[in-house]
Amino acid sequence: MTTVDGLELTLGTELPALELPPISRGTLALFAGASHDHNPVHIDLDVARAAGFDDVFAHGMLSMAYLGRLLTGWAPQDRLMSWTARFVAITPVHGAPTCRGRVIQVGDGVARVDLSVQLADGTTTMTGEAVIAL
Amino acid sequence: MGVDRDAALGLTFPRYERVVERGELQAFAAAIGETDPMYHDPQAAVAAGHPDLPVPPTYFFSLELLAPRPFGYLDDLGIDIGSILHGSQQFTYHDLAHAGDRLVITSRLVDVFEKSAGALTFMVKESAFHRDEQLVATTGATVIVRRQPVPA
Repeated sequence: MTTVDGLELTLGTELPALELPPISRGTLALFAGASHDHNPVHIDLDVARAAGFDDVFAHGMLSMAYLGRLLTGWAPQDRLMSWTARFVAITPVHGAPTCRGRVIQVGDGVARVDLSVQLADGTTTMTGEAVIAL
Repeated sequence: MGVDRDAALGLTFPRYERVVERGELQAFAAAIGETDPMYHDPQAAVAAGHPDLPVPPTYFFSLELLAPRPFGYLDDLGIDIGSILHGSQQFTYHDLAHAGDRLVITSRLVDVFEKSAGALTFMVKESAFHRDEQLVATTGATVIVRRQPVPA
């Protein structure tokens, strides 16, 4: 076990999961405005239906922002060197994401953290990896 | 192929300069349910050793969207915005940015490739964020262009 500034780092260490409440239409509207992503498919039911969806769905970058909260809630933000996320499945409105992270490598001054976001029904919506400076 | 690769890699994006505002970071923190006061309250940020509210990790993507015509490059390439998907997103940081920082954003398409026998075209857009002459962060967005509109 390595402890750096109170961070417990060893292979397999699980970050404290971040469980979000169901994503409301209001949250999507606020995130559209605050993130400057005005794609109407996330906020306008008529547009979503015209595009072939049953309903609006969450911005992928909202889930990545939640993963960002997972990371900065665990390690100071200036420790985050780089990260990547893949958008695997859409998050429907009312979906309740849970963000998880697990240390998969420690060495050479960095820790690598495997990241994922899952919905309550088990659907994985996002996978990723972060590099944290030690 | 669905996307003119040479045209895409040759595109020039206008340089974009912006001062990060406290209020926009507070609105973003509220929208994502951030609970750490350091991202809401300048005094809490100072107490945590920051000059002002830090720019959170994914907000650099939002700063790109504030540029004029953020999806203009799709129009320039004749790509319908309804045919694109965000495949993946990458961030690399060299320093923290804070409210009050003047950031200069430069973007370009760095890669274009096909998969699934041309049914999907992948484009990688990279953006660099400089404060004065210092590189603060880079972002990389992989955009997937579908030949067919999104199915029901």
